[in-house]
Amino acid sequence: MRKVAVVGAGMTKFMRRAQETGKELAWETAKMALDSCELTIKDVDCVVMGTAPDAFDMIHMKSEYLSDGAGAWRKPYMRGFLGGGTGVFTANQAWYHVASGLFDVCLAITEEKMSSCLPHPQGAFVTCWDQFTESPLGTSLLWFFAWEMNRYMTAHGITEREIALVSVKNKKNALDHPCAQLSADITVDDVMGSEMMAWPVKRLDVSPTSDGAVALVFAAEDVAKRITDRPVWVQGVGWCVDTMYIGQRDLYYPKYVEYAARMAYDMAGIKEPRKEIDIAEPYDPFSYKELHNAEGLLLCDKGEAARLLVDGETQRTGRQPWCPSGGALGVGNAIAATGMMKVAELFWQLRGEAGKRQVPGKPRRGVAQAWGDEMQVGTVIVLGV
Amino acid sequence: MPLDKVTQVAQTKPWHGSIPVYGQYTFGIAGERFFRDIKDKGRIMGAKCAECNLVYVPPRIYCERCFGELAKWLEIPNRGVVHTFTVAHADLDGNRLEEPIVVALVKFDGVYGGLVHRLGEVEPDKVTIGMAVEMMLKPKAKRTGSILDIDYFKPIRA
Amino acid sequence: MTENIKVWPGTPLSEKDIKEKRILVTEWQPNLKYAWDAGIGYGRYFAELKKGRIVGTRCDKCRRVLLPARVFCEWCFRTVDAWVHLQDTGTVNTFSVAYTGTAAERLKEPLIPALIEIDGSGGVAIMHLISEVDPWKVKMGMRVRAVWKPEQEREGAITDIAYWKPI
Repeated sequence: MRKVAVVGAGMTKFMRRAQETGKELAWETAKMALDSCELTIKDVDCVVMGTAPDAFDMIHMKSEYLSDGAGAWRKPYMRGFLGGGTGVFTANQAWYHVASGLFDVCLAITEEKMSSCLPHPQGAFVTCWDQFTESPLGTSLLWFFAWEMNRYMTAHGITEREIALVSVKNKKNALDHPCAQLSADITVDDVMGSEMMAWPVKRLDVSPTSDGAVALVFAAEDVAKRITDRPVWVQGVGWCVDTMYIGQRDLYYPKYVEYAARMAYDMAGIKEPRKEIDIAEPYDPFSYKELHNAEGLLLCDKGEAARLLVDGETQRTGRQPWCPSGGALGVGNAIAATGMMKVAELFWQLRGEAGKRQVPGKPRRGVAQAWGDEMQVGTVIVLGV
Repeated sequence: MPLDKVTQVAQTKPWHGSIPVYGQYTFGIAGERFFRDIKDKGRIMGAKCAECNLVYVPPRIYCERCFGELAKWLEIPNRGVVHTFTVAHADLDGNRLEEPIVVALVKFDGVYGGLVHRLGEVEPDKVTIGMAVEMMLKPKAKRTGSILDIDYFKPIRA
Repeated sequence: MTENIKVWPGTPLSEKDIKEKRILVTEWQPNLKYAWDAGIGYGRYFAELKKGRIVGTRCDKCRRVLLPARVFCEWCFRTVDAWVHLQDTGTVNTFSVAYTGTAAERLKEPLIPALIEIDGSGGVAIMHLISEVDPWKVKMGMRVRAVWKPEQEREGAITDIAYWKPI
């Protein structure tokens, strides 16, 4: 397969509510990505679109609706969908469209406009779960996270206060992100004192709902070298789903994330991810998820993530920064766009273009990961220079 | 093993449900201006792409072909032609309508796109493709900023 | 690049912009209702619940119980081998004390949603609610028993078990 590089990136602000329609958000971010690498839409051979459940925008066949804003007019176009895992998966799709030799330049766009869904996008999950054995119980999305967080904490003896530190770190990191929706300088006590949603999940453990879009431009090796003198190479991709029966897997550890990570690491030739990866963007829709996912990404032993966090090793200036962007907790959670925001963050970090967020020491390799579906999919990408 | 299937209908009765959400949509950057022009000024505006020589109705902030920004807006004549039409006898839920309605795609001279709207003041069997029609607005006080601020299009008598 | 960009795209609106009608919005309520067929596996599962019994199925290749009952094993990708009757007692696998409902609405009195490992299944859990206990006294590993609705109120649904209570 051919070598593929990311050569351009664009991103809108992440907002509680955008005036733009979804199409307009898609165009703003796609145009920005193309402008950033001095390409026009005529240079684009195909377009891939990532966007979460249709009910979030309350527009059915959302990707068809978004197609003109995505630059897909009379081009090969497709939508990939893996729920919350979509954002990174869309980058993976763009990779194989180019790596296969079928296309030289692929524009990858992710968009979400969750403010359209009232009273709350969580209501749309009633048909994401099992209609017979789960939804009739009055199930809330937060319960799933609460069960997993409880199981994770109990299995390893990790405290709520330790987990709260993830929110503190990420919201602080987001203060340096120009697109951030919920950046803040808060304390562990603020998290602990925030509204109880579904114990052990408290309000400040949860990422917001957001409107926003992110785009990346992928190009084949020879084309990429003509476009830019600083291509960021896709070194590995992986994805994996587990059983959707929540009672038939142990929630304390995301085995499927490990499988996705191993697929990506094998492709990238990574033997020791703890040493060979400089920065990581694990998916953090909830505070504990950053730790849970980082363990699945094999960035530490099972149950060790909280210790690394407490010791400061995952701070932006630490040994291996996690979520230097500010993550879903700080930048916002425009579901599919959040996954790709993490890939865009690696792109900017590895090119030394992250501004105030720049991780010191010229990072050379990063991993980004998204997670979702029925809480049983992991999507992983490794970028390097 | 032969799995013993449930054969009694009573045992397989379906579980009923609905999705407890509704949509609230902003009109967007282009839509906000387009619908305010209809509401406040009673006019249809288009957005022009000089590069591709296209005038978009409804207007957008970008050209779908060259992907350039559309900054130039211009007023569109309120007369167009019926590009195609249908006579609808049922509503969205399949219920019969007391009176059928004529729904047409109305195109405007020199415009890329057009508007889907009702035709009025015409018998359904008198509508033809290519028929000239003009926009009929609701009284200004009744306009809310919606495509329904246009009451209907009606044939222009020769 | 980040530092060179002065204006990032996007036009944030506030709640006021909507409430005070500073911008135009339109609304739509989907007029859709669904009737989902339970199918073969769940059909039997619910018929048994109506009788006050919990059943699963068994795959003899990977030697595990599938619960809720279904007709194929997704590990081995083959038809299951038998129906198995399980106990209506179990062990709390994990739980929450929840103040939110389906559409993120707030609940005054918390619910105790839990995953409960059903006795006889080899540790397979189903999703349900716990009651008749102080929410803050619930523990992982706690033993619980199903509280069934009266027979005439059962309708062949997961809610035929009203809730679970500590043994």
